[in-house]
Amino acid sequence: MALLEVENLRTYFYTRGGIIRAVDNVSFSLEQGETMGIVGESGSGKSVTCYSILGLIPRPPGKIVSGRARFGGIDLLSCPKEQLRRVQGKRISMIFQDPMTSLNPYMRVSDQLVEPLLVHEKMGRSQALTKAIASLEEVGIQDAASRINLYPHQFSGGMRQRVMIAMALISRPEILIADEPTTSLDVTVQAQILELIKQRQKDLGTAVIFITHDLGVVASFCDYVNVMYAGRIVESAVTDEIFARPMHPYNASLQQSIPALHEKGQPLFTIPGLPPDLTIDFRGCPFAPRCVHAGDICKEQNPALKQTAPGHKTACIRFQRGEIADLRLRNVVATV
Amino acid sequence: MSTFLELDNLRTYFPIYKGTIFRRQIGAVKALDGVNLQLKTGEILGLVGESGCGKSTLARTIMQLIPNTGGSVVLEGRNFSSITRRALRVERVNFQMIFQDPYASLNPRMTVYDTLAEAIQTRQRIGAKLLPGKVAQLMTTVGLPANQMRRYPHEFSGGQRQRIAIARALAPEPKLIIADEPVSALDVSIQSQILNLIAKLCREMNLTMIFISHDISVVKYISDRIAVMYLGRLVELGPATDVVEKPLHPYTRALVSAVPVPDPQVERRRQRIILQGDPPSPMNPPAGCTFHPRCPYAIAACKAQRPELEQKEPNRFAACIRVGEI
Repeated sequence: MALLEVENLRTYFYTRGGIIRAVDNVSFSLEQGETMGIVGESGSGKSVTCYSILGLIPRPPGKIVSGRARFGGIDLLSCPKEQLRRVQGKRISMIFQDPMTSLNPYMRVSDQLVEPLLVHEKMGRSQALTKAIASLEEVGIQDAASRINLYPHQFSGGMRQRVMIAMALISRPEILIADEPTTSLDVTVQAQILELIKQRQKDLGTAVIFITHDLGVVASFCDYVNVMYAGRIVESAVTDEIFARPMHPYNASLQQSIPALHEKGQPLFTIPGLPPDLTIDFRGCPFAPRCVHAGDICKEQNPALKQTAPGHKTACIRFQRGEIADLRLRNVVATV
Repeated sequence: MSTFLELDNLRTYFPIYKGTIFRRQIGAVKALDGVNLQLKTGEILGLVGESGCGKSTLARTIMQLIPNTGGSVVLEGRNFSSITRRALRVERVNFQMIFQDPYASLNPRMTVYDTLAEAIQTRQRIGAKLLPGKVAQLMTTVGLPANQMRRYPHEFSGGQRQRIAIARALAPEPKLIIADEPVSALDVSIQSQILNLIAKLCREMNLTMIFISHDISVVKYISDRIAVMYLGRLVELGPATDVVEKPLHPYTRALVSAVPVPDPQVERRRQRIILQGDPPSPMNPPAGCTFHPRCPYAIAACKAQRPELEQKEPNRFAACIRVGEI
């Protein structure tokens, strides 16, 4: 039995400009202790997927049109608010991209850290404070006992993200959702933070859903990857498979447009055009207009995510039919 | 090839004041602290470093958007730090800048035509009849449909806006372009389109470029040479491939090893050097080599004196006393 099972999730936004199908029929499951990556470009629905699970979609304009998210015997999408509150920040917690905007600038770090303990664990204040100091030490903040009384602006970007991680993990959640946690940080600090999340995950046995647009981070960090495009999962497999044998043209071309995989002087591979307008209810594969392999069938038939090799699913109709096979345009060697 | 741009011991300090009535200077942020650099015509120099190391200050000081405290910026034999503001305005058409955020750097109330026409006019007055043709030509150069010149920036996507920003930088026919993180705000698939465009334009127009980025793989791909900055100083300078593949300075090593590679098998094998802590404050930099508190190879001598950027191998420079030993 999987820890979290999401089925047929559809989250739409009803705006004046039309209905935006931000997440359109997404299903996945997360095992205990696993690290699952969700990769995609901006607007592909990676964050909305996770916000939907945690009940963080503003309604209106957002609405969860269909789907289930089974977690510990309850459906997070339809359960009463009170029940969801006992899960939020306790059994499933989240770290956001920008630690400055997700920490309250008016509250001392200590007050923000003990809040989950006071709310969920009904702990006394002094006991909670001791635990908060210990949790700051665990994320590598030295001199935690005195620095806990500072305000967020008195910490650097990397330190703030450490505070966020300490806060997210303080009640030992079963799932940690990390939404681009290192995007606003320098590479050297990113390396520190990724190492820290990995370490804490090992200590606590937490499962991690890691949202990112950086394929490099995915390669170094995730066990399993879902590639999203235009609100749908187009390919999912274990990390090695995603990179070694891409089975969806979008995933293949995304990998080939990274400068890291290119010889100097050789022009970069580019994906022509732009992602589709999600307010239009189009037929066929959303990637078809930009795809070099697209045929007539791609514009007519709606693709579904199907298994084409053990543990490897793709939503490419032509790949499923065996009409196209090796999607790597040429052999490229990874260097920095 | 001749020297096109020369920076000699360039320094930019931002003073820190205290008090209101008895205002006095209590210190300075040494954003640039002695940068020496020479650029040849047609060269693309990549500039990398962590946030706050002075990359953008260097760009802005070369552009003279921020006056330098000491040293000099010499472009084709003319010293910018000593000429009048009026003379500088005339010179400015020769060097242009592309900024990171194409949402903030374009005037939302000007159409693409207005933006580009104004930029073209800075070099020479052109009759109203000829302008639309010039604008159309520029738009075609950067890969935008010329029939969209009457549109406003909000009608374009991020990648297209960055193309408009590039077209604007090219409009006065400059010789030097400074691109400050031009692809950081873009998605991977759009980023590669813009990088290809920049590479093509530099080649065809023989532009000299300083390309600033925190993404080492992007910089390695696009530039001829890479300069690595740390706390307002250059710590390494050399040919792009060499600097990334065989870094000399310990800081460059750490920086390169921190970049995740999109290949899980490579990732599993590699050893990462994880630096401790954050870069120190440029207000109060450490004595000696400014990197020594975070350097895994630091010895007593590193704390005593500040190493200069010296040639260690042909065409390769590093500011570290232990290059040969480690």
